[in-house]
Amino acid sequence: MSAAATPQSDERVRQETLFTKLAKRPELGSIAGLVLVTVFFLFTADGSMFTLSGVMNFLTPAAQLGILAIGAALLMIGGEFDLSIGSMVAFAGMIFGAFTVNMGLPLILAIPATLAVAAAIGVLNGQLTIRTGLPSFIVTLAFLFILRGLTLVGLKAITGGSTQLRGVREAIEGDFLTPLFSGDAFGGLFAMLGRAGLIETFKNGTPKVPGIPVEILWFIALACVATWVLLRTPAGNWIFASGGDTNAASNSGVPVRKVKVALFMVTACCAALLAIMQVMDAGSTDARRGFQKEFEGIIAAVIGGCLLTGGYGSAIGAFFGSIIFGMVVIGLTYTKIDQDWFQVFLGGMLLLAVVFNNVIRKRVTGER
Amino acid sequence: MSDPIIQLNDIKKHFGNVIALNGVTFDVRPGECHCLLGDNGAGKSTFIKTMSGVHKPTEGSITFEGRAMSFNSPRDAMEAGIATVFQDLAMIPLMSVTRNFFMGREPTVGRGLFKRFDIENANRVTVVEMRKMGINLRGADQAVGTLSGGERQTVAIARAVYFGAKVLILDEPTSALGVRQTANVLATIDKVRKQGVGVVFISHNVRHALAVGDRFTVLNRGRTLGTANRGEIRAEELQDLMAGGQELAQLEGSLGGTI
Repeated sequence: MSAAATPQSDERVRQETLFTKLAKRPELGSIAGLVLVTVFFLFTADGSMFTLSGVMNFLTPAAQLGILAIGAALLMIGGEFDLSIGSMVAFAGMIFGAFTVNMGLPLILAIPATLAVAAAIGVLNGQLTIRTGLPSFIVTLAFLFILRGLTLVGLKAITGGSTQLRGVREAIEGDFLTPLFSGDAFGGLFAMLGRAGLIETFKNGTPKVPGIPVEILWFIALACVATWVLLRTPAGNWIFASGGDTNAASNSGVPVRKVKVALFMVTACCAALLAIMQVMDAGSTDARRGFQKEFEGIIAAVIGGCLLTGGYGSAIGAFFGSIIFGMVVIGLTYTKIDQDWFQVFLGGMLLLAVVFNNVIRKRVTGER
Repeated sequence: MSDPIIQLNDIKKHFGNVIALNGVTFDVRPGECHCLLGDNGAGKSTFIKTMSGVHKPTEGSITFEGRAMSFNSPRDAMEAGIATVFQDLAMIPLMSVTRNFFMGREPTVGRGLFKRFDIENANRVTVVEMRKMGINLRGADQAVGTLSGGERQTVAIARAVYFGAKVLILDEPTSALGVRQTANVLATIDKVRKQGVGVVFISHNVRHALAVGDRFTVLNRGRTLGTANRGEIRAEELQDLMAGGQELAQLEGSLGGTI
């Protein structure tokens, strides 16, 4: 057997160079984009953008978007869209606020309960899409409005007329789970580095960057887990297969319906996780939270190499796509460029990414 | 001669008032290639679906390995060892050969949270199995989309055989292929047959059938018109049986024997 396993070469197949191999990875585009954007800001932006505090400054919004984008990327690879994730951020924020402030639940109950509510809406989205056979685009577009509306109505009902719910910070103060979802991590380490003079400090000796914002850690952890699932587990194979060709996948014994419903649950839970962190950080929740985030999440996933038709993409790509996003949004404030160029830049980036992805797809499948 | 793996006796299938199959008798022995020939609308598809568990016959009996059998679903039939390679092949072009090969049946290593897709092993098996069928892959991570139609057909066949098919039903495997690729697929069928798998080769191309077939059964208007052994029948006779009449013989005369 081992003799047969040594690869024989076929004279008709040219050896692939490292470059062509790399060019076939879905995340290549986003890495190239990241390099491009970095170089752009190295030349145009103030030097403080690339200091430790500057980096944390743009990684924080990147991480917040990235948590959504990684979920969106998994779902896109599975062949579906979820346009309701932005509204889900607001909705889950309201639910979380109601659990903590109005019902006074501790975080150990409030967080799982919020995620469960989000997951249930994910199931609803998934089942409706599968059972009606409608494009998920339409079904979740409906939920974009339904959830946003429910949030407005719900917030007014529980606050007695306001679209903002305050008092979350007071409600969760002292809870042992709080440091996991808000504030900065590794404060001790950063203080030590500050005393050692390795990082910048204020005059009184406290470091300018008190720690790593927890959302960045969540973002990295989610990207790692999603990548592992996609590339190294049977479930990952099922996600690619479900998105690539539903019929072929189910004929081969892949539980396509279950995979898709699970993916809708994951995206909804990612949105809820983001909502929990944002609400805990801000201490209040608002009906406008997560506005238009569904588009930003999908754009980050597409910049990361996800095909709109499904079956191809990567979580690492979405990770880099989100960083590009954060870098552009925040980076423009470090330049003399009017910050409103940001949306122009974003649209251009999206177009470029889609064109690039199509070229890559043709290379992968050998289409001519 | 060995006993048939699967035997279908006088199968009838009605869809409402449409009689799709009206008495089909067919069997497959291990290590043979039994060709089922028929023109469009003869009932080939309905018959394959009956054999692979998609449809239940209205009348008639199915005997599998000597026992009366009634498949409730394609899964049942698959688990018993009846694999069907449909024309769409159930292949995903954007995914690698390995990922397609093991789609839905991924091998795993590790346990609990660390249970994972054993990709090294899967890649190795894929390369070895494909080489057995005479295809040298550039790499097991090559996307199926880069393979030719004939190679894709071969991946689908190799996959079915690897997962323990005793009966392999091929639905018009050569209908969309060029000359050389057809030859490759026919050679693959021969290799599979030699491993003791019973192959059901469905086609409307008499020449392809005669190239590999051991026995030939013609289906016409939902009925089988009998089974002939290799060497007992000529291409023209099969052609006439498929067309179900003399018109084709006349046509063939005027076309100079080119069909």
